[in-house]
Amino acid sequence: MSASLSPQIAVRTVDLGKTFGKGEGTVHALKGVNFEALCGELLMIVGPSGCGKTTLLSVICGTLGHDTGSVTVFGQDLAQLSSGKLTAFRGKNVGFVFQQFNLIPTWTALENVSVPLLLNGSSHSDAQSASAELLREVGIGEKLHSLPTELSGGQQQRVAIARALVHRPRLLICDEPTAALDAASGRKVLELIKARVCSPERCVIVVTHDSRIFPFADRIAEMEDGQMKAVHSAGEWKALYV
Amino acid sequence: MLRLALKMLFGDRAKYGMLVCGLSFCALLMSQQTSVFCGLLLWTTATVRNIRVPIWVADSKVEQANEVVPMREIEVQRVRSVPGVQWAVPLFWGIQQARLPDGTFQAIQLTGLDGASLVGRPAIIRSGRIEDLRLPNAVIVDQVAISKFAKRGIRLKIGTVFEINDKEARVVGICETQRSFLGQPYVFTTYSRALEYAPPQRKLLSFILVQPKPGQDAGTLVRRISECSGLRAFESDAFSWGTLMWYVRNTGIPISFGTVVLLGLVVGIAIAGQTFYLFVHENMRFLAALKAMGATFGVLAQMVLLQAFTVGFIGYGIGVGIAAIFGNLVLQKGEPPFYMPWQILVFTGAVILVICSLSAAVGLVKIARTEAAMVFK
Repeated sequence: MSASLSPQIAVRTVDLGKTFGKGEGTVHALKGVNFEALCGELLMIVGPSGCGKTTLLSVICGTLGHDTGSVTVFGQDLAQLSSGKLTAFRGKNVGFVFQQFNLIPTWTALENVSVPLLLNGSSHSDAQSASAELLREVGIGEKLHSLPTELSGGQQQRVAIARALVHRPRLLICDEPTAALDAASGRKVLELIKARVCSPERCVIVVTHDSRIFPFADRIAEMEDGQMKAVHSAGEWKALYV
Repeated sequence: MLRLALKMLFGDRAKYGMLVCGLSFCALLMSQQTSVFCGLLLWTTATVRNIRVPIWVADSKVEQANEVVPMREIEVQRVRSVPGVQWAVPLFWGIQQARLPDGTFQAIQLTGLDGASLVGRPAIIRSGRIEDLRLPNAVIVDQVAISKFAKRGIRLKIGTVFEINDKEARVVGICETQRSFLGQPYVFTTYSRALEYAPPQRKLLSFILVQPKPGQDAGTLVRRISECSGLRAFESDAFSWGTLMWYVRNTGIPISFGTVVLLGLVVGIAIAGQTFYLFVHENMRFLAALKAMGATFGVLAQMVLLQAFTVGFIGYGIGVGIAAIFGNLVLQKGEPPFYMPWQILVFTGAVILVICSLSAAVGLVKIARTEAAMVFK
């Protein structure tokens, strides 16, 4: 644990750099990114395609290593963790909502949701009961035993959100969570995330292009060409762009 | 997670079916062909197994049980004189022509037993008495003769008369024998009568059958007989193995069967390996998602190995099961040869295990090389 970090800072990056490829084909995806995400807030990261949003998200959650700088999540410098410990840290502290849901098609909603609990060592029956309860809470209690293909896009994303929350992670990472949904479903998904996740000890980071969900953000970080261009409060953003 | 891994496997019915079919075919091809190969080789030692004596003595040039280099009859006396020999009796064994009552000919394996002791008598007599072999022109025929003669409309039974080299042979018994490599019926008679049936030659003694004295080591006696007589002596098991190995070395049988077994292996690796790779490849996004959610490589490896070995186990069971059913059916008919010892089951299981391990290894390499971050792409 770093003693210098304030407890309300969930994620901090300092001069974060990431490069892909070598020689003439080198791509500098992140060029010294500095930013902080606070506990209790929903931070959206926006910017044009290819600006490094997804790379930043991948590095923050520890699924991709970085080349320079540092990334600290809840006081833990990710570079200090071995591969195994990083996986365990991620499994315990990070929840994921993906653009394409990534629900395993041959598993029921209940089974998909129970995965993070099983990976964290819960018994099968405990995982099933906790998952069923959460699925009921997100409004699809009648679809526990449905396969993902039997669910609508909105229902699938609800299952994905339940899977991201079931093990009570402190950091929720959402990658374009509304990209595959219509406007109404997208709004409902954000309402659900806002209602169920945003709490003083948790942080939500959402990467999105969807301006319809900007009003749900507490702050909006604007990226451009691998750098953090600016971080606005919701009010500042509204004043600047709406 | 392992339960869910199986559900992931069974849920993809097309690939699951393809994997099981590929591995079943592989297991079937290997176990069935190796069983036929073993059965065929077993046929080559039928005479040794039918005669059942501890030590065989033959001419020094003889290499295997189906090869006869006639010896002088005096050799029986020389062998009897070797210390440690309890008894030694002559055996005539050779292919002769039988002329059936309808005038057609049938090749037979004429076996002439010592008339006094009837050593080498068939183990199972279906009808008649072995002692009746001492009656004039008496022969005992086996079940193969019954079926071969029946195909020509001749119902062979006690009292039936046919000719061996223009000399009368009267059936006094029906016995059961181990089927031979050449597939010709065994016809038993006494040694002296066999010499009458066989075309005249200066030397007619095929083998000398020897029993060691009680307490006499058979291996030592074999060496002593060879040294004293200049003949070649074999222990029964060694004679069988020597015969098997002679066929392995001197015929194309192992190569032709080996090619089919190799084909099964290649088909198994190609179908199972490729299909399993595709299965892992198509699920890579989900496996990466699991990786992102905290699944260690160890957990994912367990899942993949369980999936691979599950299809392997099912494929092995189906393949070997079909081979066993095939064997059960053909054994009743007597051909083609089929012998499935436990070693074949172990061999086939080991090959399937290797195929599944290779398939899983290919998938695991892909998983190990995939970054969890791919779920965001």
